[in-house]
Order: sequence, then C-alpha cells, then structure tokens
Amino acid sequence: MRYDITLVVNGIVRRVGVPARRLLSDCLRHDLGLTGTHVGCEHGVCGCCTVLLDGEPVRSCLTFAVTVDGRQITTVEGLAGPEGMSPVQRAFAECHGLQCGFCTPGFLCTATALLRQNPTPTDEEVLEGISGNLCRCTGYQNIVKSVHRAAELMAEEEGR
Amino acid sequence: MKPAPFDYYAPRDLGEALDVLAEAGEHGKVLAGGQSLIPLLNMRLAAPERLVDINRIASLEPFEVTPDGVRIGALARHSQVERSEGIAAVQPLLRQALRLVAHPVIRNRGTVVGSLVHADPAAELPAVLALLGGSVRLARAGGVRDVPAGEFFTGPLESALEPGELAVSAHFPRLPERTGSSFVEVARRHGDYALAGVAAVVTVDDDLRVSEARVVCVGVGPVPLTADVSGWCERRPASTVDWAAVARAVQDRTEPEADIHATAEYRRHLVGVLAVRALTEAARHAL
Amino acid sequence: MTTRLFGERVQRKEDPRLLTGQGRFLDDLGPDALAVAFVRSPHAHARILDIDVSAALDVEGLVAVYTWEDLPGLVAEPLPLLIPHPALTHGRTAYPLAREVVRHVGEPVVMVVAEDRYLAEDACALIRVDYELLKPVVGIEEAVHSAALVHEDVPGNVGARLVQEVPSRSGQSAREVIESAPHTLAFRLDIERSASSPLEGRGVHARWDGTDLRVHSSTQTSTSVRMAIAAKLGLPLPHVEVIAPDVGGGFGVKIVHPWPEEILVPWAAMLLDRELKWTEDRREHFISSAHERGQVQFVRVGFDDDGHVLGLEVTILHDHGAYTPYGIIVPIITSTQLLGPYKIGSYRVEFSSIYTNTVQVTPYRGAGRPQGVFCMERTMDKIAAHLGKDRTEVRAANFIQPSEFPYDQGMIFQDGRPLIYDSGDYPAMLAKLKELIGWDSFVPRKGLGIGIGCYVEGTGVGPYEGGHVQVTSDGRVHVSTGLTSQGQGHETVFAQIAATELGVPIERISVVTGDTRRFGYAVGTFASRAAVVSGNAIALACRKVREKALRIAAEALEADPADLEISDGLVHVAGAPGASIPLSTVAVLSNPLRYSFDAETARAGQFAGGASFDRPPVAEGEEPGLEGRDYYSPLRSTFAAGMHAAIVETDPDTAEIRILRYAVVHDCGRLINPMIVEGQIHGGVAQGVGGALYERMAYDSHGQLLNASFMDFLMPYATEIPRIETDHLETPSPLNPLGIKGAGEAGVIPVAAVIAGAVEDAEGLPIDRMPISPSELFHLRSGG
Repeated sequence: MRYDITLVVNGIVRRVGVPARRLLSDCLRHDLGLTGTHVGCEHGVCGCCTVLLDGEPVRSCLTFAVTVDGRQITTVEGLAGPEGMSPVQRAFAECHGLQCGFCTPGFLCTATALLRQNPTPTDEEVLEGISGNLCRCTGYQNIVKSVHRAAELMAEEEGR
Repeated sequence: MKPAPFDYYAPRDLGEALDVLAEAGEHGKVLAGGQSLIPLLNMRLAAPERLVDINRIASLEPFEVTPDGVRIGALARHSQVERSEGIAAVQPLLRQALRLVAHPVIRNRGTVVGSLVHADPAAELPAVLALLGGSVRLARAGGVRDVPAGEFFTGPLESALEPGELAVSAHFPRLPERTGSSFVEVARRHGDYALAGVAAVVTVDDDLRVSEARVVCVGVGPVPLTADVSGWCERRPASTVDWAAVARAVQDRTEPEADIHATAEYRRHLVGVLAVRALTEAARHAL
Repeated sequence: MTTRLFGERVQRKEDPRLLTGQGRFLDDLGPDALAVAFVRSPHAHARILDIDVSAALDVEGLVAVYTWEDLPGLVAEPLPLLIPHPALTHGRTAYPLAREVVRHVGEPVVMVVAEDRYLAEDACALIRVDYELLKPVVGIEEAVHSAALVHEDVPGNVGARLVQEVPSRSGQSAREVIESAPHTLAFRLDIERSASSPLEGRGVHARWDGTDLRVHSSTQTSTSVRMAIAAKLGLPLPHVEVIAPDVGGGFGVKIVHPWPEEILVPWAAMLLDRELKWTEDRREHFISSAHERGQVQFVRVGFDDDGHVLGLEVTILHDHGAYTPYGIIVPIITSTQLLGPYKIGSYRVEFSSIYTNTVQVTPYRGAGRPQGVFCMERTMDKIAAHLGKDRTEVRAANFIQPSEFPYDQGMIFQDGRPLIYDSGDYPAMLAKLKELIGWDSFVPRKGLGIGIGCYVEGTGVGPYEGGHVQVTSDGRVHVSTGLTSQGQGHETVFAQIAATELGVPIERISVVTGDTRRFGYAVGTFASRAAVVSGNAIALACRKVREKALRIAAEALEADPADLEISDGLVHVAGAPGASIPLSTVAVLSNPLRYSFDAETARAGQFAGGASFDRPPVAEGEEPGLEGRDYYSPLRSTFAAGMHAAIVETDPDTAEIRILRYAVVHDCGRLINPMIVEGQIHGGVAQGVGGALYERMAYDSHGQLLNASFMDFLMPYATEIPRIETDHLETPSPLNPLGIKGAGEAGVIPVAAVIAGAVEDAEGLPIDRMPISPSELFHLRSGG
C-alpha cells in the first residue's frame, strides 16, 4: 500500500507516494533526490540524517515519511540563501569544520537551529547543542569553532 | 536496516485510535515520537503487524500545570516539557531529568509518555514518575484507567499497558513546599543511558529539619527502584544528616546486573555515590 | 593573488559542494539501481548444511538470489591474499559467499537482489540457512590454547610467526643483554579491539553496458580494485573503470580489497544486465568489515641506572580474526615502530598472528603503531618509576640525537625496505612539548595526573604514485592522481602544490583523485602517504609542465628560458613585467592545430605564421599539449614523529576519567597546509581518545559481537573530546623534493599510552590495559 503525501521541502511543495515504512531519510534521498541528507547508522545515534522539521532538528532516520505528511522540512540543500552559503556553512569552511563531509549536513542543520534559538551560545551550550552528532574526522574542535564563528557572522549580518 | 512491512493507521481522533487498537489487539503498536521504537523496527528487532501512528491526534498534544501537578499529553515532546517554565516552577525534577535524556535532537521528537511506556529501567522519566508517585492514564475503547507508577512498571521494557490500550497522558504530582529535587547519573558518554542514576526529593520542615526524603535509582534493577529514606534522616537538619549512611541503605536494596559497560559491583558503588550527591543537592534546593 | 601557496592555510576546495549537499557519495549514485542485501551468518563458527531460499521467492520485487554454488570460475575462489609474506605460512582468506563453513558472525552467505533495499531485506529475512554449530574460538589466549581450530588446516590457530632481532653493538642478543642488565622488568600489556568506523560504510555501485564495466566503490584504492575486478571477472583491464566518489571517511578499513561485495555486485550487474548497488548498513559494517588493535604483549626490558634501555624483548600475540587478506602488515608495523624515537641497545621481537572466530583484522588508522607505542611508552614509564626518575628524563636518555640521522634501526619495515629514519629532532620536540603542557611546573596530586607519549611514524611508503598535470587553452590546470581521498583535503593540498610549482592561481586548478579514467596507475591512500608520494609526483609533473611552458614561452618572447618566471598564470621575463605571455596561450602554442574554433586556438592554426619550416610542427621528442606526467617512487619511507602529553583528572568517587588538557607537538616535515594538518591531528587524537577510554569490540564467548551499534560501541561525541593544543616542528625530509612527511595517522598513535600514563600518575596504580573504563578503574582501585 502506498500513501500519497505532501512535504514542503526547502520551501517547495513535493508530492510523493511512499509505503508506510519509508523512512523520511530514504524518502528525501531516494524519492526526492535530495541526497545531501546522509544516513550513517539508521538507529538515531550518529546524527548524519538530521533535518529540520518545522524548523526543529530531528532524525530523519527515526521518522516515517507518512508521519510528517504536510509538514515543512529543511535539508542541507535548503540552507543556502539566494546570496550563497549561509553563515553556518561559511563558518564551517572558514574554520575547517569538516573533513570527509559525511556528517556535515547533520551538523549544519543542528547548528542552524541552535543559533536561531540561541544566537550567542557559550562553549558549553555549543557542546550540548551538537552533542548528538558523531564526527569521526575532525575531533570536533573545529566544529565548535565553526559554530561560534557562525554566531559572529550572523551577528555581523544582523548589525548591517 | 529497514523496517519490516506493517499495516499503517493514522487516526485523526482518540476514538478512532482506540477502535483501531482494540481491533489490532496484541498485533498493534503505537507510534508516538518513535525515538525508541523506530531503531527497533529498523533493526527488525520488532516487527508489529499494525502500527498506529497517533501523531495526528491533536487532543494528545497539550501539557499543562494542574492544581496538583503536571499533566502531560501523549504527544508532548521532551523538549517542549523541558522548556516549559510553568512546569519547571511546580515540578523542577522533570527538567532536571529531561536534560539527561539522550540528546537535544532526540528530545525534539521523543515524547514523555512514550518514554514511560517504553519502560526502560535505565531511563530517567520512569524513575521520575515512580519517585513522585505519579500515574499514567490508559484509555481503551469504552474506558479509562489511571495506573499509579508503582503498578505501571512491571519489568524491564514491560508495563501495565495492555493490548488495545493507549497511554493518553501522565500525571506528575507537584513538589510540596520546602522540597528540593535532584537527578544525577553517570553515563559512559554524555547522553547515553546511565550506568546508574539517582533522583531524590527532600522535604524540610519549618525548623529546616528533613521531614521526608525519597530516592529512586535507575539502571540497577528491572524497574525504577524507589526508597523512602525519611526514617534514616532522623528529622535532623540537612547539614547533619549522615547521607553516606542513608546512601548505604539505598545501595543495599539495588539489584544491579553487569553488562559490557560496567560490572554489577561498580553500579552498586555508583548508587551509593550518586545517592549522596542527589540527596545533598535536593536538600540544598529544599532550603 | 599570490601563487606561493605551499605552507598557507588555504580554505578547502572540497568544501562548497560538501557544505551544500552537492557531494556525491556512493549511495547518492544510481537512483534507479537495484538494491543488494546479504544474508549473513548469525554464528561465529558453523557448517552450512542447507540453504532454503524458497520462501523468499514470493517477495514482490525480488530479482535474484545467489549462494556460493551459483558463483562461476574465479569468482567462486577465495578472495586474494593481498600482501603475502614468507612468515605468513598459513594465510587464509574468505570466499565471497561462504562455502561450507562460516568463521565469524557477519560472514556473507546469500546475496539478494531486489527492487529496493527494503524488499531485499524482506527476502533475506525469509531465507532459511541450516547450520551445524562448531566450537567458536574467541579471545587471543583462548585461541592459542584451544583445541578448537578456526581453520581445520591451521594448527594452533597460528597464521604467522615472525622474529626480528637486532643484537647489541657487541653482538649480544637482547636476551643475553637483559640477563646481565643492572635492572630488569617484566610485564604484560593488553590492548583491545577497536575499528575505523567511518560514518559512511562501504558501498559498491556497478553498471555494465555490454562492453564496459563501470564500478564506483567507497574505497581507498580504486586502481587496485579495478585490477582485482578485471582479474576475477576475466575482463580486459581497459574495459573496467573504477571510481572512488566522495568517500565518507576510511581510516584504513577501505584499503582492504576486493571486498566480497566489490566482486559480487559487478558480477551480478553483468549477469543481470542491470545497474546494481549495495550500500553497507551500520550493523553490517560492525560485523562484516574489519577491526584492529587487539594484542597481548609480553615485555622484558633490561636497563642501566640512567634508564638507558640495554635490551628489550617483546612477544606479541596478535588477534587476526578469521582471515588474513591484508597479510601481516599490522603486527609487522607494531613490532618495528615500537622502537619509536629511541636507540635500543638490543631488541628481539616475536609476534604470532592468531586466528579467532571474529571479524578479520586489517589496518585501522595508526595500523599497529598505537599498540607498539603503548608497549614502548609504558616501558619507559615503568623504567622511570623503577629508577625514581622523571619520565621525560628517561625518554631523553634514549633519544636518537639529531646528529645521528639517517639512523638505521637494523630492521625491515612494512614496505620490505630497511627501517632507516631520515630526519628528526627529538630533543627539540620534547622541549617544545614540556613547554606547551607545562611539564616542569605541573604539581601532581591524588586524582590529577600527567602523561606523555612519543612516537615515530614511518609514512609515505612506496612503491609509487603518479601525477598528471594538464594546462588547457583556457588557462585552467587539471591535476590528477590515482590515489583516493576520504576527507584529507587532497584537492586542496595538491592544488596548493601545483599553484606553487606552476605559478597559477589556485582557483584555476582542479584536482581529481581516485578515478581510473583519469589516472590508471596508483597504489592507494594509507600509511600517511598521499601528500608525500602523490604530492611529490604532482610536483614533479608540474616541473615538467613548467619546463615545457618556459621553453615554448621563451621562443615566443624571444627570451632565454632561464630568464623566465611564471606568476599569476603569466610567463614573463624576470624584472620585465611587460614582456609576458599567458599560460593559456602557451597551452595553445603547444598544440599545433589544423582546425580552429575560437580566437585562442586560431593562434595555433597552421597559417598563423611564426612556425619554423626547418622542423615538424611537433618537434622530435616533443608531444602536443602542455601537460606532464611523472611518478615519485620513494627510496624508502620518511619518518614523521610526534610527542603528546595530557593532564587527566579522575573522580575519587565515580572513577570517571576526564582529560583536562591535551597537547601535541608534531613534526611532519614541511607543512603544505597547517590548517589541514591540524585537522588531521585533532581527528586522530579524538580517535585515540576513543580507543583509550571508550571504544572496544565486546565479543562474548560464543563469538557474538555484543555492541554492534553506535548505541553500545562508544564513539566519542563532542562532549568527550578535550580541546587539543598543537605546536609544530619542521624537520624537512631529505628523501623527497618537497621535504614532506605524512600526517594522516599521527594524532591517534600515542593517545592510549599518554592517557594510561596520566591515569597511572593520577591514581598511583599500574595501567596495563587499554581501553580503561570507570568500572575498570573502580576495580583496579579496589585491588582487582
């Protein structure tokens, strides 16, 4: 049995037919072709598949696509604006906050939501905020630096 | 790691949900936040025939402060409850516990009631419910019952929830006056299930003497293990209570098991250490 | 725009695509491909009695089911033993699909092809395999003493035994020296298994068009996968292409090849004439890829009053898991790199490589070095404790001095070549580290300790890599090399090298790695070798291009090539900026044309004038085009080095261990991009912290891996990793043109030793096993 669902992904209305067991991660990647969302463990621990559901970061591998019928989803492909990469994306480039790039989309989504909620996080708040995302390459130091740098960039842009 | 197929139901209201669950009986499984269930489905460690997704039932969303405590609907997410200042004001232990539940992103989706129903003996929220003497409201087609925490948790990952029933809300009593609370635990990594954890509530009287003290331990038995240790406090001022002796009394009641992360003996030791920490912190908050 | 980019913190060229979701990882390819899944053995050791696939045949969307019996010719043969060695007398490799016997949980038994992965897993769940259980062999010492055998024809479960001895200057054996030494110590050390655990698992995608086979694999070596597939499937090499797309981390596990899936997926794609893809899931990665680290070491050391090591004897039992596809590289590295920065009076090392019914063991970042360094650094600490000396003093007493390079350790290294250190300055490095961590001002107390670990890492092993550099008529520079990338920033650092060598802005340079269509000859990415071997090859290729460009430009400018230089993509006469010619034009002139298609190419047309009638348009010995190809084949490895120190705090009540500070001084010769090198160190240290405090593979006595998930295999999160303070020393390698040494594995190597030393210092208890958990520390405190 297939369910016709509607997802608003990165601001675009997408209609798709999926079986009930289709994970949101697979739906985004394989049904909608948005392969920027990555799948690292499929049991909710690594955070690679984190996307924003109505603005809040969630694990797309622990969500059935049918459950979020009608909802707004932002993936890594939707973070950049018309003028290019978002402050979070630019900060990750500037601070070498990524190596292989596989976990990166999850960190970007998580950090984007974190900074929306808390534009000037302390070190501890950054650590807590990204504490559910695994990275095997960077040792996290430059990721933490990137989040702080993104906060600075956002503040600068706000001030303009 | 993809789930086995299941029949999917997404009822729009509670009545419909209860009908579906009644029909499904033991073949039915409720999907709320899914943060514990979906990993099991993905690994095919669970393969229910029918999945009843309650996420569209708006009446299950609210969580509110009631005259005698906090009532939390089945769809209230951990993060919503954690952020609620109203709830923190009447029952601070919930926020203290929620901050220890997994990671923020998991808490955005996971539900408080779902954690209770999952009944993991290492989880924080069942312990909070048990410590506070709260209850879970179970609905079935044609009936509702409130099950007190003491009867709700029946074993590891087992609860009093019967086939055909849906946990629609949970009630956490408010903290009495002059009462403090605390939740401390040791986990291997930040956000992991605790190797052991202890929550405590301590009440002091007008003379600031300890009139009531209770603890609950997680990760050291088949269900959250509660203990009333008021008697051990001998109605002394908090600063002169022999908390270590109290903690030993608690420790003696635990039945920890070994796993790959820690021995039983270490877990029992931790309970002693953590009980002292939780009780002294709760007593401090009570003053 | 400067083009002197070597040594600069240049932002990565890889990042824009990876930050916007435009990377192309294995599972992002082939949206219409059929999905492959495997039925894997649930038992550690069993005989397959019967496989019944009939129930699966009804699964909607099922395309094919294969067992070993279906495999033809060479596909049905055991997988290759990649690195044979005379000491590996009983090397054994697996069949692509199990034949008769399974030897670890996770071994592939049945291959299923279906319309998507969900359906493939549905079919797998319905396939019934009957097994006769055999006694599993689990645990290194159990394997040595067990009557049960992993392989019936391998007595004692011993796959290999190798002894290397370096006698003292007076010709005495280590044993003799130890017997007569003023002080001796004997002890045992244990290191448990961990694993690479890249966040992207393995994966293979294959497409067959009737003539040509195109395979994408999440691999560390596409060229060698290509040769293996061509050989196994009997295809002519030119008809097989293998491409490593963006790869989500490797850390060693993806150097193994061909994996069963790398043969089976292309084979079935050809047979079915359909596009096929297999994407490994996390559980599969835990139970069917590879692990590393597990060793038991028995150490005897003799030393004098100053702490000079006069004799060292180490006997190693190395857990090799069920198969030895990668030979005995890991224990060879342990036994040779154990020596570190030290002059050891005499040395005897013996290792036995032991089969167990567990996942096979192949290199994981560090590749045997963390175990060797653990052994040597624990030894140094024990000597210091025995003599009541400062731990750094004992190390310094044994250091090879800067004047002693090249220093011959008298052994044969993992590349089959002599273990001769090229350069280094260990005393200066120690001084820097002591300064950075504040060693001399540290005041220890109960529950607060400091530890140190030193290592030398043979990097940049041969046999070779190559580089191809082409300047096209639009002035762009296209660099390719055969080895692969898994996050190391190769596109950036190789572009930095090319920019510096050619004088071209980095924006105009693009780099391709791991694509056999672009470069067919390569070895692979491992052993911290990419920057050294490919980096130098690319530099040499650039120099060829530069020489040719200057030659052509000199003619056009009527100047002497020796007077020319290139900057910002312009060839000009030094000191006369007006006389210049863009490289794009040089590229045009390098390729005499009959046909023109734009104004640039018209300049190279046959009626454009200026050509000499005395020689052919392409002069003898020349080739058309401004391009160059060269190879770098190192004489032997370069030897990077580093020293780490940490301050840890232990909780007196809970026995939790917290790293308060972590300091690294590192020498990888000349730095191409310090930002990237530091990133490599951070990541390595984090993996080391994982191995020291969190990660282990917990097998039960039945050979079941109890923690085959990220829930219970405790890879550290951000909350578990300390801030890492770094400093560099640069002693250029004399062995290669760029003077560089490798950096990729460095961070991970000494961490377990450092943390063990620090915990020992904090607790006053010997720490001889790693990793260590709070539960274990608690039991050590209570005396057992």
